[in-house]
Amino acid sequence: MGATAVIVPCASYNGLVGDTALILVVVTALAFDFTNGFHDTANAMAASIATKALRPKAAVAVAALLNLTGAFLSLSVAATIASGLVNTHLITLPVVFAGLAGGIAWNLATWYLGIPSSSSHALIGGVIGSTLAAAGTDAVKWHGLVQKVVIPAVLAPVVAVLIAALGTFLIYRISRGVRPETRDRGLRLGQVGAASMMSLAHGTNDAQKTMGVITLALIANGSLAAGATSPFWVVVACAVALALGTYCGGWRIIHTLGKGLVTIEPPQGLAADSSSAATILLSSHFGYSLSTTHVASGSIVGSGLGSRDGRVRWGVARRMATAWLLTLPAAGLVGAGCYAMVHGIGGTAGVVVGFAVLVAGSAALFARSRRAPVGHRDLHAEPAGPDAPTPAPSTTETPVAA
Amino acid sequence: MTAWIDLDALWKIVVIGLLCGAGLPAVFAVGLRVLSRSERRAEAVAMASVPGLDGAMTGAAPASATRTRAETALAGLCFAVILAAIAWGVAFIVAGG
Repeated sequence: MGATAVIVPCASYNGLVGDTALILVVVTALAFDFTNGFHDTANAMAASIATKALRPKAAVAVAALLNLTGAFLSLSVAATIASGLVNTHLITLPVVFAGLAGGIAWNLATWYLGIPSSSSHALIGGVIGSTLAAAGTDAVKWHGLVQKVVIPAVLAPVVAVLIAALGTFLIYRISRGVRPETRDRGLRLGQVGAASMMSLAHGTNDAQKTMGVITLALIANGSLAAGATSPFWVVVACAVALALGTYCGGWRIIHTLGKGLVTIEPPQGLAADSSSAATILLSSHFGYSLSTTHVASGSIVGSGLGSRDGRVRWGVARRMATAWLLTLPAAGLVGAGCYAMVHGIGGTAGVVVGFAVLVAGSAALFARSRRAPVGHRDLHAEPAGPDAPTPAPSTTETPVAA
Repeated sequence: MTAWIDLDALWKIVVIGLLCGAGLPAVFAVGLRVLSRSERRAEAVAMASVPGLDGAMTGAAPASATRTRAETALAGLCFAVILAAIAWGVAFIVAGG
């Protein structure tokens, strides 16, 4: 850390892929980081926007700023996402590229559909898929995958539901008799604190994920010695990419999480965000990483269950759970397919073609999304459609212009 | 089973998570409730000063509508606990999560 490292053009991987490929992989990793940011804004801020603790634009600005800060706060960097899951010595630049492509494809697809899904799972799925395609089933540590990824994904929402439901119950109980205006003003303030905490923790965890991937690519390429920490420019680039993504705000996902799952009142908002912040901080402290998305979604469901009427729109929850089940295999398939293509063409040309396909695909999806855009101004409309039954009419729907 | 689930980390996350994730917002709510007591007394005073059915003032105003020192101290304590927890959380992140 510290000194700015310059990529030294040196022995490229097996003489097959050169620095062009490395640069494309770094750009792809930063693009993944960006999608990670706008996918996960919802986790930290959907509840605050729903309870009107923060205006939509202010919420994403706060989240972006804290993501940026969080990325620099902890310097125990380069916990590579793949270690313990695949045999890292088998990882080459095309494998990293294809894995990232799988992660980006899944993130964009779920964003288009407005489904919160774990960016870590998308990345892990992509990397495992491309490793499988490159080196076969022996290269994947299946026990590690189940133990560190699959089981925590089931446990995370359960833990979060429990904590948020209890918190919601307690807050409603304790604040009974307090004038609603006074109560809500106070609770909103508390909620901003909890959501900020979460953004900070998210910045630390998720920016490090991409730093780890880029460092891995630099090591695979021979630009860094094995076991090296992330160069400072990698830290800065990842922090900025994540914060930019966060600021762009995945409004489709914010809509689902903040409005679709539960109609969130201030007591529920404070409970949900406190539960998420505590669970995420503790899980990373005890080295048992739980996905931010799974925790945040679980917390919001818990805040619905713990409230007086206990309303949760289970149709939306079911749709999200289905997406979570599909994340690993779907991102893996894209990762494997992408590796097959990149490897089939071979060398730098393979990575260049893969990159072009990725850019074209993303652009096509983005263009499609413009046909029915969801922006920050749409956040005060209640969800419609078969998966989101019409909620009880809210009496406090004052539009907030952003 | 422990080969598949890190039970040691899990129970710590659940227990400390309940304390911090549900307990702290509850403490926050207690602080709010204590602060709002004077507000509710003010309402009671306003109600009491409304003339009764016979046109006479019903009783003297109850306790003062201003916040007592004990209330301010208790609410302050609640919010101090929250602030300390936030500081602890930030230190947590800086220390490497």
